[in-house]
Amino acid sequence: MGELQRVYFRFCCFFLVFLCHIYCFPYQKCTFTDMLSCFKDKVGDVLLPGDVFSFQMPESITDSKPEKVVCGPGLRRNGDEVLVCKSGILRHKQPNLYWIDSQQRRYVPGKGESVIGIITAKSGDIFKVDVGGSEQASLSYLAFEGATKRNRPNVQVGDLVYSQFIIANKDMEPELVCIDSCGRANGMGVFGAGGLLFKVSLGLVRRLLAPQSEIAKDLEKMFPFEIVVGMNGRVWVKSKTIQQTLIVANLLESCENMTAQQRQTLFRRVADGSI
Amino acid sequence: MDVCGSSSPTLREFGCEQNLLSRPDGSSSFVQGDTSVLAGVYGPAEVKVSKEIYDRATLEVVVQPKVGLPSVRERAREQCVRETCEASLLSTLHPRSSLTLVLQVVHDDGSLLSCFLNSACMALMDAGLPMSCLFAGVTCAIDTDGQVITDPNAAQEKESRALMTFAIDSTERRVMMSSTRGSFTVHELQQCIAVSQKASDKIFQFYRDSVRRSQGLRWFPRQIGDESRDGTDVRDDPEHH
Repeated sequence: MGELQRVYFRFCCFFLVFLCHIYCFPYQKCTFTDMLSCFKDKVGDVLLPGDVFSFQMPESITDSKPEKVVCGPGLRRNGDEVLVCKSGILRHKQPNLYWIDSQQRRYVPGKGESVIGIITAKSGDIFKVDVGGSEQASLSYLAFEGATKRNRPNVQVGDLVYSQFIIANKDMEPELVCIDSCGRANGMGVFGAGGLLFKVSLGLVRRLLAPQSEIAKDLEKMFPFEIVVGMNGRVWVKSKTIQQTLIVANLLESCENMTAQQRQTLFRRVADGSI
Repeated sequence: MDVCGSSSPTLREFGCEQNLLSRPDGSSSFVQGDTSVLAGVYGPAEVKVSKEIYDRATLEVVVQPKVGLPSVRERAREQCVRETCEASLLSTLHPRSSLTLVLQVVHDDGSLLSCFLNSACMALMDAGLPMSCLFAGVTCAIDTDGQVITDPNAAQEKESRALMTFAIDSTERRVMMSSTRGSFTVHELQQCIAVSQKASDKIFQFYRDSVRRSQGLRWFPRQIGDESRDGTDVRDDPEHH
């Protein structure tokens, strides 16, 4: 697919922001072994906001090793309790990572995520970029490969940029860069001469970017095209003809709610040319 | 709609659907008997500088009646819904952003405020906004004989001597918001609160079943994408900085 599509799974980046550790001492009679096992039993279950799991320290500490529970997106720590704050399915990753898999349409910026932004304004030394969040992000003109004060990058208002967040928290204005930590572009920067930009849900984007993505593999078999997938739900597609571009865009938008079976049937029908 | 004694309160048949509108970030439709409300949530989105709050999200509720323009009655209901939502949303996670909740009356056959509350809760859940608890709205009417009726329809509301709506939270079943009209004794108020708390159990169970059903439609556990998600770790990725 080319360097433009980063296929490693960014979901874990949330954990860098939301990490919290709860030490649980397994204890025979007390409730929290039950609580911890209750929590573990719920993996794969749908949980609602307000569901609480409490882990309390016993008065006498046994000599068993303390267990650590790491909370990801959708889980919050409230003293000795773990509170569910989004509705979704509880997922678990060895050894001790838990998170809530929830569906969302609205993007909330997270550090390290690569997104497609649209330049909306040029003001002095920075560009204002619309990433689909609650605030516009800022992108310095020096944050491009080979850019100096004399050698400004060729970026106009309305251009598409593929960049990643270096600052993205709730208290500060988000900041983007188009270079990595070594100063190389690494696939980021301005793109999009021609092609079509459209929006899908965040869940579909995560499924597309997963390392062994079925959807991406099925799409590859159709016909050659270029694709850029941003974690903010924006996807850019370009193919040889406008018709093929539109076909790929429509397929991606429609395969959101389909099972694998239905999707493969649809793709096969399109590849055969019956649609 | 049914008259109840001191045992289990009966509610009208209710139904709900999530994620039915394509533009809002979250949407839901809640039906209680013949009363039907459509809710849409937008957010966290950009906020006007005059309305922004430095440490929390600004919640705006808009109630659209079935006919005509919104009037004072709608403003009063907006206030009740907004206070309940603000108490249960974790708005400090999205400072300087705006959350907009739009409630459209599709049909009003009594218990409208509780229908607003229920559809608002489902829409906020559908949008993925972080919440500390869920809330359910229950309406009780006291008729001229002194009987407590839960979830009254429009005819029963008109003949009642007092009408009360409570918003009950899901964690401790406490009253988050109350809106009352008419005259009643303290004992009757406490009786209605107790009845509402019991009725809210059914509503919370319904929320759970409804979300379970809709999550089951969206997420297919047998897809390859899910398994790969469990197997990757960004720390192992050489490109991660």
